[in-house]
Amino acid sequence: MVNDPITNKLEEAPSERVYKKPSKLAFLNSKKVAPYVFISPFILSFLILTLYPTIQAFIMSFQRVLPGNVEFIGLSNYERIFNPTFFLALKNTTLYVIFTVVILVVIPILLAVFLDSKLVRFKTIFRASLFIPSLTSIIVAGTIFRMMFGESDTAVANQVVTFFGLEAIDWRYNSWSAMFLMVTLASWRWMGVNVLYFLAALQSVPKELYESADIDGANVFKKFRYVTLPFLKPITIFVVTISIINGFRMFEESFVFWETSSPGNIGLSVIGYIYQEGIQQNDMGFGAAIGIVLMLIIFAVSFIQLILTGAFKRSDE
Amino acid sequence: MKKLTGFMLLIFVLILAACGGGGDSSSDAGEADAAISVGDDIEGATELSFWTFNELHMDLFEDSATQWNEENPDKPIKLNAQTYPFDQMHNNLSLALQSGTGAPDLADIEIRQFSNFLKGDVQLEPLNEYVEPELKNNVEERFNLYEKDGNYYGIDYHVGATVMYYNQEIMDEAGVDIDSIVTWDDYVEAGKQVTEKTGKSMTTVETTEQFSLFPLISQRGSNYFDENGEVIMDNDVNVETLQFLQDMIHKDEIAVAAPGGFHHSEEYYGFMNDGGAASLMMPIWYMGRFIDYMPDLEGKMQIRPLPVWEEGGNRTAGIGGTATVVTNQSESADLAKEFLAYTKLTEEANVKLWTVLGFDPPRFDVWDNEEMKADNKYYDYFHTGIFDMLSEIREEIAPIYYTPEYSSAQQEVESTVLYNVLVEQKQTPQEALTAAAEAVKSRQSD
Repeated sequence: MVNDPITNKLEEAPSERVYKKPSKLAFLNSKKVAPYVFISPFILSFLILTLYPTIQAFIMSFQRVLPGNVEFIGLSNYERIFNPTFFLALKNTTLYVIFTVVILVVIPILLAVFLDSKLVRFKTIFRASLFIPSLTSIIVAGTIFRMMFGESDTAVANQVVTFFGLEAIDWRYNSWSAMFLMVTLASWRWMGVNVLYFLAALQSVPKELYESADIDGANVFKKFRYVTLPFLKPITIFVVTISIINGFRMFEESFVFWETSSPGNIGLSVIGYIYQEGIQQNDMGFGAAIGIVLMLIIFAVSFIQLILTGAFKRSDE
Repeated sequence: MKKLTGFMLLIFVLILAACGGGGDSSSDAGEADAAISVGDDIEGATELSFWTFNELHMDLFEDSATQWNEENPDKPIKLNAQTYPFDQMHNNLSLALQSGTGAPDLADIEIRQFSNFLKGDVQLEPLNEYVEPELKNNVEERFNLYEKDGNYYGIDYHVGATVMYYNQEIMDEAGVDIDSIVTWDDYVEAGKQVTEKTGKSMTTVETTEQFSLFPLISQRGSNYFDENGEVIMDNDVNVETLQFLQDMIHKDEIAVAAPGGFHHSEEYYGFMNDGGAASLMMPIWYMGRFIDYMPDLEGKMQIRPLPVWEEGGNRTAGIGGTATVVTNQSESADLAKEFLAYTKLTEEANVKLWTVLGFDPPRFDVWDNEEMKADNKYYDYFHTGIFDMLSEIREEIAPIYYTPEYSSAQQEVESTVLYNVLVEQKQTPQEALTAAAEAVKSRQSD
């Protein structure tokens, strides 16, 4: 049995060649068509898995979707969106985006510079250990985080806190510590990836520039500011954009700590809200409407950010 | 270059290691936690699938299917039961019913989720032919919960009568006679004595689930909705009741917020097991949690009816529940219904609900059955006489009106109201409940 497919192929292959007239497939070789053939897998998956659901979601956002009972209800889903819970979710998500963007850009740049320096030894170990977290499943990592930041005095985090003479903290029940947990988990996980981006970018900085800076008498900080940073700009824009989009799409970081319902919604993200309303409350239309609004928000924020950082301008270099 | 190779090699090895561990977390989206199959070897058996979120419930169905096949050789069944995580099971079921494909024959739906399944054209099979003849022997309330337009869609596992669990040891230490506690005022006074004498809390209050609030408002005949489906979340009784909980924690200081936020958290089990609080208000089915998670309290707990709000008031309230339903996607719906009735409606079935699961069965005519009095682990742990007490308070379960928006009302209470009022104290009970009522009304209007 194992050999069958192989033998079949062997038999068919030459016969195809005989029967298929060259003219039928020749157009594939044409310079105009070939590129489209190559991109067709992507285009097809985009059409089926992205564009179609997006259009469907857009239509659903004007509907009340119930089993055997779908009707258009105009804008009433949108009218309901701007309620306190949505704003809370948006506030949580926005704070999360700001924190993760700042942390996941500034610290990786510094780490990358250190790891690129000749003075640091055991670079491989450091790079690897920074990178390992991004290989873990966020659910697994989150479960460990949840245990480390448990409420009891014996949980790791609280042992550290009490060691410094502070009161044990109910990590998952205060809004500030809730945000801390989510940001820490995300930062821990993505740090290594971003370090890798910046490390790669650092390789493109011409060594001559450092040499001439040395000759001009620039110190370490000046070299960093006037030589290293400008070369890191394109990659920084990229990392910021990705971080913003991923930040607004945050779901797991909250889910692992509180599943779907956190006390006082301190861990509610916009995606979590979509899940709550669309799936749990079985209100797909409303969920779709939130999704559309979130899409517009991400679009607007990314657009503003890209304009401000000059990504749309033609590069002079 | 060497360094880079070393780095890549290390990463590669770690990827392999990580995939080994990470693999199961990504693939468990579609796999059951546990599964059993009965009647595999019977030829021509009709296949019935059953989804649940509680592994215990499978035991009951396994037991019943085996017996069914013995008694009905002419129409054997092959039962495939699967347990999924709570959220996943309900989400999958609602999506399957929404899309018209992929649903099982039989499924468990938890009471708070049930209202979602009554929206639109109900995709469940009415069970009237089996339910109606038996209503008079059952606590009828348990069937009305799953009724819409005169059709009964679900059969519950238990009554879920709410009771007070007292830790006799702590009460004795404080010199309080638990039978002298009749009203909630008595309870608060006793609580002060307990706190003073033993330094322990009288009770705990849930802040992320509603098992502390809802039974109390239900006990007073109130609810989130009235019988016409109007939102009454912010009525005076509810506000007063929430105030009562807040006072117990912050004014009288006889109660603490439940560690972990609710009475099913691991932190909570540990806390109670160490004698953390002198009493606890939960339904009868919580007995199983004591036995499984709080072994050190064996023999120390006493079960009593709830204190009353005023003389002659209700001494219990119904809360929680899970209905088993037959979906309209079942190819052998008639057999599924008959089997479901066989498993959960007959006298024998109701005895099993107690002996197998430790639940207070909805059929009260079996409560004084001899088989119910046989020794089991529940009596060992909690003392006998549980059903005598239940018979006494059976009539005192106030009706609960579930509307399509019930789960959204509960969501508001659990995620916002309780936390803001009981933990952060940044809203008064009136403010929090009014805001929640507004949120629920905004959903109702469309």
